[in-house]
Amino acid sequence: MKAQTTPDTDAPDTGAPGAGVTDPIMQVRGLGHSYGERQVLKDLDFEVGRGELMCVVGPSGVGKTTLLECLTGLRRPSEGQVLFDGKRIEAPPRGLAIVFQDYSRSLMPWLSVLDNVVLPLRSAGMAKAEREATAREALAEVGLSDFTGSYPWQLSGGMQQRVAIARALAYRPAVVVMDEPFASVDAQTRADLEDLLLRVREHLGITVLLVTHDIDEAVYLSDRVLALGGKPAGIRQLLTVDLPGPREQVTTKALPRFAELRSQVYRLIRHV
Amino acid sequence: MNRTLKVASLVAREVWLPVLLVAAWWWLSAGSTSLYWPALSEITDRFVDLWFFDHLLEDALPSVVRLVTGFGIGFAAAVVLGLVLGSVPALEDATRPLVEFMRALPSVALLPIMMLLLGTDDDMKVVTIAFVSTWPILLNTVEGVRSVDPVLHQVAAGYRLSTWHRIRYVVVPAALPQVFAGARVALSMSVVAMVLTEMVGSPGGLGYFVLDSQRTFDIVAMWTGLIVLGLIGYAANKAFGLVEARVLAWHRGYTKQKEDQR
Ligand SMILES: Nc1ncnc2c1ncn2[C@@H]1O[C@H](COP(=O)(O)OP(=O)(O)O)[C@@H](O)[C@H]1O
Ligand SMILES: [Mg+2]
Repeated sequence: MKAQTTPDTDAPDTGAPGAGVTDPIMQVRGLGHSYGERQVLKDLDFEVGRGELMCVVGPSGVGKTTLLECLTGLRRPSEGQVLFDGKRIEAPPRGLAIVFQDYSRSLMPWLSVLDNVVLPLRSAGMAKAEREATAREALAEVGLSDFTGSYPWQLSGGMQQRVAIARALAYRPAVVVMDEPFASVDAQTRADLEDLLLRVREHLGITVLLVTHDIDEAVYLSDRVLALGGKPAGIRQLLTVDLPGPREQVTTKALPRFAELRSQVYRLIRHV
Repeated sequence: MNRTLKVASLVAREVWLPVLLVAAWWWLSAGSTSLYWPALSEITDRFVDLWFFDHLLEDALPSVVRLVTGFGIGFAAAVVLGLVLGSVPALEDATRPLVEFMRALPSVALLPIMMLLLGTDDDMKVVTIAFVSTWPILLNTVEGVRSVDPVLHQVAAGYRLSTWHRIRYVVVPAALPQVFAGARVALSMSVVAMVLTEMVGSPGGLGYFVLDSQRTFDIVAMWTGLIVLGLIGYAANKAFGLVEARVLAWHRGYTKQKEDQR
């Protein structure tokens, strides 16, 4: 399935609520969050289109995880609201799956790889045979068919994160939200995982919202990049990545346009 | 062949010292005329007489049944209560002093009140064993439940796990290593409580047997009773270790792997 977004132009001020997409699956309205006295996020307005891959990029500590928690319903924002499929999010909705940053902590060490992927499907009320088949299919999708019986901690970091991705895919979500999913693996594994993500997203037609501090990664993966910056953090720019698809690690990153976009994002989030 | 050798070497490693000590005992006590330190050969002769199978069925078996029942009740109560207290911090904070107090009470000190309330029969014995085994397990369970990684709670919330599945697949397995550590302590305390309750309670059981033999100056029989007690304590620990190794198979590999990474 093809990403069908109608992004707005490169207008620098995309804070306006009207800056929408034709078929939004997530709508963020006047979102702000404070921890006690300290305001971390302020006045965020944006929409994520169905089938889109959007990266949220910003330096460490800017509030990316906070934003993600507010978007998924894991945290109640102190201001504004988030709509998922038109409905206000109070708790994590069924159509949304999360891949956490720290794979070694987000998988249950007492469950096998297969059981980790199966667990959410149990609570979703899927029959035993079906949930196992679904989990195996998702594990095959990420290339882990041979490791279903292993414990996650017996696998390498990259493989563990693939288990976490398989768990998200098996859940059959409309949107996958990922918090710096590839931040703690080596460069080669990271490139492999990025391409894996692009492939399954193409294959399954899911919407992806990925948080990262890595500008290259954001530009390489995205249909649009949302640049966060400032204290409290706001949207610096919502920028359309007009790179041709399908993306490829070497050729895409060698394009002059890639370099342009990358320095544009860099300036946006650096400039305070 | 290889396997047999391996098992043999494991057994050898476990028993070489006991065998050595028993041999020394045998040799040193041979021909002893002391009333209190009879020859080991005399003890073993009586041992076979007494324990195969009259006293095994009349005393040892009821003791073990009380031990297992009391410990089982204490374990179950502690885990259930621990899950509740561990999940509700306010409740835990409020009850902690009380639990610490109960934990600190020596089982001997409980005997008078237990006998007052429950008499001297099985009820008193089992309840006392259950009581003393509850507290160490409870404290550890609470600790285990509280130490569940917050990321796992986020995973559970994000994937909308039902309450039952959260308990069954997240909280309980995460707390289990701690629960078992508490249970190991509780098991030793249960054995002590078993012996004590039998010494003060109605006739029957190993504790009673040992005390009664001593009172009637049948010192040889008393020694056989002590040996049986030791063997039962040892077997209980072994059995516990086997269950633990099975239930926490993942944990051993997991911690070993964590250590290797360092
Ligand atoms: N639970 C919390 N309580 C208080 N402050 C927090 C909490 N979580 C994050 N913060 C603070 O909010 C800011 C943004 O954090 P975070 O959202 O984790 O940033 P990022 O994911 O972009 O690195 C940081 O300064 C952090 O210290
Ligand atoms: Mg973060």
